[in-house]
Amino acid sequence: MVYRFFNGIGDYALLMWRVFRRPESWRETWKAFWREVDLLGLDSLWIVSIISLFMGAVVTIQTALNLDDPFIPDYYIAIAVRESIILEFSPTMVSLILAGKVGSNIASTIGTMRTSEQIDALEVMGINSANYLILPKIAASVFFNPMLLTLSLVLGLAGGYLAGEWTGMVVSSDFILGLQMGWDPFYISYAIIKMIVFAFLIASISAYFGYTVKGGAVEVGRSSTTAVVNSSLAIIVFNYILTDVLLN
Amino acid sequence: MIEVKGLRKSFGEHEVLKGIDVNFEPGKANLIIGRSGSGKTVFLKSVLGLHDVDSGDIVYDGRNVAELSKDERTLLRQEIGMVFQGGALFDSQTVLENVMFPLNFFGDMSESEKRDRADFCLSRVRLDSAHNRFPAEISGGMQKRVAIARAIAMNPKYLFCDEPNSGLDPETAIVIDNLIQEITEEYNITTVINTHDMNSVLEIGDHVILLKEGYRAWEGTKDEILHSEDEAVLDFVFRSELFKKVKEALRK
Repeated sequence: MVYRFFNGIGDYALLMWRVFRRPESWRETWKAFWREVDLLGLDSLWIVSIISLFMGAVVTIQTALNLDDPFIPDYYIAIAVRESIILEFSPTMVSLILAGKVGSNIASTIGTMRTSEQIDALEVMGINSANYLILPKIAASVFFNPMLLTLSLVLGLAGGYLAGEWTGMVVSSDFILGLQMGWDPFYISYAIIKMIVFAFLIASISAYFGYTVKGGAVEVGRSSTTAVVNSSLAIIVFNYILTDVLLN
Repeated sequence: MIEVKGLRKSFGEHEVLKGIDVNFEPGKANLIIGRSGSGKTVFLKSVLGLHDVDSGDIVYDGRNVAELSKDERTLLRQEIGMVFQGGALFDSQTVLENVMFPLNFFGDMSESEKRDRADFCLSRVRLDSAHNRFPAEISGGMQKRVAIARAIAMNPKYLFCDEPNSGLDPETAIVIDNLIQEITEEYNITTVINTHDMNSVLEIGDHVILLKEGYRAWEGTKDEILHSEDEAVLDFVFRSELFKKVKEALRK
């Protein structure tokens, strides 16, 4: 088990060594990058939007119920909602959702290319297949996921605002006052740093499990599941490390 | 010409190739035959450089692969075309894009030149009406023809085919065999074909190598194989009722 873990880490490092080489054709890599932005990023807009909107609404209702005390001003609810969404819910929750959606897509696409010899075909042509297939996916995720985060932050806070207004738990003036109170701009940098690290982990770990698959359809399916599980675990572990390093 | 000297390859304790010596000449269809598990695919992938070999030399027109730098190997690979068993076409690209793919990476052709070259290669394999279709939308035989068109797009000096007519009906299989032979002779390519289809051997077998349990068991031409009394040949080729009758007829 321990041997397999460290063996896997070694293989992953060697694969990344091949990924971050100079591409044979910058033009083709650039084209692949925009294809991946469309596939991995734009296609995730709707799910991120819906999750963020409802997440913000639920966080507001739960916070309001827990802070239902005449001695605690209502704008404290908005402060708690803001901190929860920016520091934790948006970067971590959205990344975990993307680990499922994008991670399984990456692992199964590359895995199918491996089992149908398309990767061998690239190698025979003299193309660094790891670089051509994986680099655009990592670059697209690292480039676009912070934009998804921004969308998630805005919609999460909007969801909180609307829920407070509709349920009557927080009036809009208190919510807006709370959002502005004690604001630290570093929190945005912190959330973006987390999102970039998580984006790299999701794309690279999923690609690793797809690229190293051996066998047929069953193994591709299994690698897709393993990719999601391992990406999620890596996000949880790195979430702890980054929180400790950046906020402590 | 491709020279293979003392090629050995193992996977763990299991030695698949046990010291194979063979030369592949240009302008000829060189066929590697043998049972499933005899090491044909491992041999082909080792010669292509997709497997690291344990020992032995692979020399492409005087260039020993083991002594080439990374850049020299990349250049060598641009001289190689490969037709995979399942075609290995890129699912997300159309037929035309598949054939243009290697041209996009290497060479300095303009878009229209690349398009013309791809059109020429597709017409060469007699596939003029499937340019904008995806691999999943065409038949197995057409996929093989697209794979051949992609393999010859870069004007290769060496063409490798792994069971090019597996899964095809006999008529289409003959079309594919003849196409490969025509291209081989026309462009003086060194062609190496893995197959266990005896029809292919008798159709285009200019030079036939029989692999058995990791060894080169027999070598000759399609005419010689019919008259051979070698035990390995008799065991592999003349096992079916049809070929047993052919052999009896030839003996008479």
